[in-house]
Amino acid sequence: MAEILTKSRARNIFYGGSIFFVVVFVAMTVHSHRYVVNVSTAGMPLSEEVVRGKHVWEKNSCINCHSLHGEGAYFAPEVGNVMTRWGVLDSPEDAFETLKAWIESQPSGIEGRRQMPKYELTDEDMRSLAEFLRWADQTDTQGWPPNEAG
Amino acid sequence: MKYQSQKVAYWYFLAAMALFGIQVLGGLLAGWVYVSPNFLSELLPFNVIRMIHTNALIVWLLLGFFGAAYFLIPEESDRELWSPKLAYVQLIILLVGTLGAVGSYLVGIHGGREFLEQPLWVKFGILVAALIFLLNISMTVLAGKKTAITNVLLMGLWLLSLLWIFAFINPDNLSLDKMYWWFVVHLWVEATWELVMAAILAFLLLKLTGVDREVVEKWLYVIVATALFSGILGTGHHFYWIGLPGYWQWIGSIFSTFEVIPFFLMMSFAFVMVWKGRKNHPNKAALLWSLGSSTVAFFGAGVWGFLHTLHGVNFYSHGTQITAAHGHLAFFGAYVALNLAVFTYAMPMLRQRAPYNQVLNMVSFWLMTGGMAFMTFVLTFAGTIQTHMQRVVGDYYMDVQDSLSVFYLMRFGAGAAVVIGALLFIYSMLVVRDREIIAPGPAASVPGE
Ligand code: HEM
Ligand code: HEM
Ligand SMILES: [Fe+2]
Repeated sequence: MAEILTKSRARNIFYGGSIFFVVVFVAMTVHSHRYVVNVSTAGMPLSEEVVRGKHVWEKNSCINCHSLHGEGAYFAPEVGNVMTRWGVLDSPEDAFETLKAWIESQPSGIEGRRQMPKYELTDEDMRSLAEFLRWADQTDTQGWPPNEAG
Repeated sequence: MKYQSQKVAYWYFLAAMALFGIQVLGGLLAGWVYVSPNFLSELLPFNVIRMIHTNALIVWLLLGFFGAAYFLIPEESDRELWSPKLAYVQLIILLVGTLGAVGSYLVGIHGGREFLEQPLWVKFGILVAALIFLLNISMTVLAGKKTAITNVLLMGLWLLSLLWIFAFINPDNLSLDKMYWWFVVHLWVEATWELVMAAILAFLLLKLTGVDREVVEKWLYVIVATALFSGILGTGHHFYWIGLPGYWQWIGSIFSTFEVIPFFLMMSFAFVMVWKGRKNHPNKAALLWSLGSSTVAFFGAGVWGFLHTLHGVNFYSHGTQITAAHGHLAFFGAYVALNLAVFTYAMPMLRQRAPYNQVLNMVSFWLMTGGMAFMTFVLTFAGTIQTHMQRVVGDYYMDVQDSLSVFYLMRFGAGAAVVIGALLFIYSMLVVRDREIIAPGPAASVPGE
């Protein structure tokens, strides 16, 4: 590095530039926040039931086996589009029934197959969880995942 | 070691190494569950094992950073720590929090945001510990000499602690939750932790190679400038498919591509300093870890990060084993190996003796680095096949996984090598011998400090 770039110049560029990028990032965050609320997740209301379902999802740490919108663990299938995969996206009742049947059939105990833990969920929990997953499935994720397999 | 209070680092390093052991054993167990899925499935399900594996990693890396700061700040600012007592209080809070978190996970109490599963009281404990730490080191630096190394280190540590606030912010809207979650996760490893890494690396190279401070510090500012200029907007590479606006596909792709630069510079910096250096420092193992860290970080974060960062690629690879491959090599190179470099450098001084067990230590370097590299390769193959079958062809997830079992078996083997390396490293640090296991060659010309 030549004489033009002295230590104090390098330092000033670092501080000045960083502040610039932080400001730009904050502005884009504000815009993105509004976009999420008003556009991409506006397809289905964020009802109390959906919020409750999110808490059920969190309390059971589903994220440490599954991925949701591609984030999380890679041990079990993507669930951001599971309601589409099951063909129950538009029917809360079918979504609830299918999810309930699935969770109650686990763990499968099949030798050599990955096991989902045993979860004792109330019908209310189950219903909220189904609504949460239907809500997530309706988010505008720019066309991801590429296909139903998730 | 010039100052008595640097000794607190010793206890931080011990705690960090204990958790490192737990982390890799947890990883090995998780790897075994992939091979034999019924193993422990009723007693200790995969999600709990994974939480322990990832949380132990993050906590021990932070403990290592705190210890490193307590070790190098007195030396840089030319005075004793403001309060060694507070440093011990901080350590105790962190250890109680860690044990509390692990205990809660085992009985099924945890949050549900990946990596941030700690119960609320533990999160507060971490916040309090961070505040104590910042107070302690800031007071030390303010009263003493200020160098570029302490400036950058302090800035990194302050910012990463501030970002911890987002660990408490969990909006009901999933997409917002995800956006703010990345403020902790991405802006830690790809911005603020890089400042910490660069500062520590600069300190180590200054000591190990004896290159002029002016030169080291100028590099340091250039490196951290490229890190933040790319890393802040680079956050966009996680905003492609989670419900955020489409413009992130371009912003994220472009700026995260630039994220390769700081890692390339750190690697070049390390080699150039060693090349220019006149000093022949006796702690060869510390130099090996420093060079190894910056090199593996370049491959793990830089090359493997770039591999899937462009949105056209990420559309297909997002959330597959490719992500896991990258996560492992990046964390290992940038932060695990760097911490092990600090331990290797500081431990002999903290125990007041010449560098010891260098041969065992270097063997552990090759075992761990070889193991992690192999793990990365097999997961990359698995991820490539997975991406093709699942994302392009459209086969179902579970069917695809069945065809990947051979890779998971090899991953387990690689993990076993890493675990053996890690245990050997801990042994070489803690069990002091009188003599090296192999007699050294002819004496070097000019020994360093
Ligand atoms: C004994 C060697 C290791 C084995 C067998 C192992 C295995 C695993 C497994 C099976 C997972 C879960 C992947 C999934 O979600 O399906 C995982 C996650 C993870 N491991 Fe390891 N691991 C090992 C060592 C390490 C080391 C040394 C590090 C740090 C450098 C590390 C960092 C991580 C991280 C960051 C995750 C979360 C991954 C992500 O979200 O991409 N692991 N590991
Ligand atoms: C030392 C620095 C880095 C570390 C420790 C690191 C670690 C990780 C981890 C653990 C994940 C998985 C997060 C999750 O659980 O979802 C991840 C994802 C990702 N990283 Fe990094 N990373 C680093 C640097 C980079 C760089 C420099 C790039 C780009 C050049 C990059 C590109 C990505 C991308 C694109 C993803 C998302 C993958 C997906 O879509 O599934 N990373 N990283
Ligand atoms: Fe990132």
